[in-house]
Amino acid sequence: MPGDLKEGRIVVVGASLTGLRAAEKLREEGFTGSLTIVGDEPHPPYDRPPLSKQVLFGEVPANATALPMRRDPEAEWRLGVRATGLDTVGKRVLLADGEPVPYDRVLIATGTRARPWPNAQEAALDGVLTLRTCDDAALLAERLAAGPRRVLVIGGGFTGSEIASACRERGLDVTVAERGPAPLVGALGGTLAKLAAAMHRNHGVDLRCEVTVTALRGHGHFTGAELSDGSRVDADVCVVAMGAVRNVEWLAESGLAAGPRGIACDAGCRAFNMYGIVTDDVFVAGDVSRFPHPLFDYQLLSLEHWHNAVEQAEVAAHNMIHPEPLRRPHLAVPAFWSSQFGLNIKSVGVPTFSDHVVIAQGSLEARRLAVVYGYRGRVTAAVTVDMAKSLEYYQDLIETAAQFPPVAGASDRPPAAEVPIPSDVPDPSVLYHGPTVALTGHLPDRRLAMMRPAV
Amino acid sequence: MTADTLLERITDYASRPDPWPLYAELREAGPVVPQADGSHLVGTYHEIVALLHNPRISADPRSSSRTTTESAEALTPPFLRQDDPEHHRLRTLAMRPFGPPHTPGRIDAMRGEISRITEDLISSLRDRDQIDIVDDVAYPLPVTVICRLLGVPREDEPMFREWTDVLVASADIGPGQDTAQRDEAMGQARQEMGQYLVNLAEQRRGRPTDDLLSAFVNEPDPALRLGDALAETAILLLIAGHETTVNLITNGVLTLLRQPDQLDHLRRDPDLMPRAVEELLRYEPPVHMRERIPLADVNFAGTILPQGSSVILALASGSRDPKRFHEPDRFDPARPDNEHLGFGSGVHLCYGAPLARIEAQTALGALLPHLATATLTQDPPPYRTNAMLRGPRHLTLRLRT
Repeated sequence: MPGDLKEGRIVVVGASLTGLRAAEKLREEGFTGSLTIVGDEPHPPYDRPPLSKQVLFGEVPANATALPMRRDPEAEWRLGVRATGLDTVGKRVLLADGEPVPYDRVLIATGTRARPWPNAQEAALDGVLTLRTCDDAALLAERLAAGPRRVLVIGGGFTGSEIASACRERGLDVTVAERGPAPLVGALGGTLAKLAAAMHRNHGVDLRCEVTVTALRGHGHFTGAELSDGSRVDADVCVVAMGAVRNVEWLAESGLAAGPRGIACDAGCRAFNMYGIVTDDVFVAGDVSRFPHPLFDYQLLSLEHWHNAVEQAEVAAHNMIHPEPLRRPHLAVPAFWSSQFGLNIKSVGVPTFSDHVVIAQGSLEARRLAVVYGYRGRVTAAVTVDMAKSLEYYQDLIETAAQFPPVAGASDRPPAAEVPIPSDVPDPSVLYHGPTVALTGHLPDRRLAMMRPAV
Repeated sequence: MTADTLLERITDYASRPDPWPLYAELREAGPVVPQADGSHLVGTYHEIVALLHNPRISADPRSSSRTTTESAEALTPPFLRQDDPEHHRLRTLAMRPFGPPHTPGRIDAMRGEISRITEDLISSLRDRDQIDIVDDVAYPLPVTVICRLLGVPREDEPMFREWTDVLVASADIGPGQDTAQRDEAMGQARQEMGQYLVNLAEQRRGRPTDDLLSAFVNEPDPALRLGDALAETAILLLIAGHETTVNLITNGVLTLLRQPDQLDHLRRDPDLMPRAVEELLRYEPPVHMRERIPLADVNFAGTILPQGSSVILALASGSRDPKRFHEPDRFDPARPDNEHLGFGSGVHLCYGAPLARIEAQTALGALLPHLATATLTQDPPPYRTNAMLRGPRHLTLRLRT
């Protein structure tokens, strides 16, 4: 039996970071069967983090971020082809174009797409863009290079903030409209959101918080937007940065526990079906998954992180070709980074899983600090600003469920390091920018995982 | 023998050629091994990394509860031996003209010059039957490179080498020897060199040439100037980058001559050189141990590390920890996943690492064609006394033509 798992037919649905790393890992661990990789974009796997940074600065063309391959996955690539369904009984992936592809085991790595502007007519105006794919990035970079009068960014999450930062880098006027009290508040809570707001304003961003965009205006071409406070923003480009939507619609008839927050799976990346029974031949990894994590009360996490995509892909690939006793859990501590307004922001753990924070090192004034997050007296996350080398220490504290606030003694400890302040993480439904880390409860059932759209 | 004498046994000069069995004993006794003198010794990879990242562990000798009488030590140590936030401030200022984000191309642009210096050194040895890798190549190369980088005029390079000789020699007096003499010689050389560098920097003020000293004194924003720390920083760059690179190149030659199959492998596949240098940094690193001092009583791996006490991190042992590296005692230039401790880890991660890499890659690459017919006259070679920065004093080769 173990020998069999290294043979047979594996189909990977999704040809981005997760799909590629899983395919490489399958071969690395000795899978000799047939491997098919299906991707709806026409491009070979590419890296997305530069799309909101170097590509928008004009330093790197959007088509130059191809992911290096660690090895040839010896796969049949079906690029530019959308998967339209999963027949779990007949064990076939249905495609928009072509014959169904049979599988013995399948990995779902369909990720997310940019949440579109809800009014389709307004969204169709020329100049209204989103940023998720390299084609999106190419178009946005082109529009920025053309020197628009002003750019309006809807949503002050990581993507929105990085776009605003890139606009300022290029000397463009930019307005950021955020429904919540400050940028990044959904992912990082109140303390760092104040710093984020100050960084926006110090860099000349016209930051509007606690407003919603009520209408996009223009005749054929976008010319401006109406805001809920009665004001109007005249701009030539509008970037809708309202978070991501999981690509799960194609699984509606599959019987899997697939919902707006993703597809629920166990710690070994096996998908749950809608009755909460774990499957044995359908695996999930990357942004489209929801998985339980012991450090966070076994709540199902959904993450939109590069690091998680890689780690989870490797665990899924390993488990797809090993029998049960040899399977591994996906226990990596969530981690992500962002660079904006000249600052390097890095996070470990789950900042939204917190009730209090302390500034453990550095200071907001110095724009260089480590914020440690705690939940019921234990450390659950840490975020550094321009202090990335300190992060590893806090990761240890998270992994060992160390007491919160952490013990004092750092040489660059601020005076108030022992005084916890509320972490001030708002309900995601009041924000334009979804958190990139979401705690989605304990139950795989999709009806209980329903999230109301933000708008 | 018990584990509480390990530090003594490791630093014993007789252990210099082969400290590796002692490191294995240390890892076995670990992770934290108390020593008879009250210090603690750590030799396992993950624990070393954890301590190097711990913000409650200081690199500053002034954190020690022992009263130091090191008169040669300036009142304010260089950033290598300071903690954040001052360490960060000084290191960032020193980094501005040296590397990313402000000057990302500087070191890479020196490749050509480093190659030329190396070729000059090697071609001057053409007619010799016997050479000393240390004196003839490994030692002069990094001094010359750092002089060029700082902006020391060529006619002053010999003077610079004299000071460096004194500093290196005086730092290499073993335990039990007369430290007063060491301190005096070192103090004088440091002072003269510091004065020289400050004067040189003054000459560059308003008349910048393309070098670090010019950049340091011509920084328009006063908040971004090194100020009083200029001399100490410049000396640090010189010494820290120099002693270590000598050993890296020398250890590289020694290792390749001991492993003819790997030498052959590299000769056939010179593209492997960057990875071979990483493996050297793991397998035969220049820096074997660093001292740290807890800022508070730190409960670590089941042991209390008392505030102000000495914690010795055996980086070289960590890089050979079998819990981290597969077959750690094998030299494998193609080793995957080689996150060694050769440059340390954490906030003090080696500032000069990019330069050291290029110097070692260049020197070893240029020496490769000559090594196939070379033999060691003495193996093990004579070592310097220093156990922390370990390396051969000489490495004499007989060249057959």
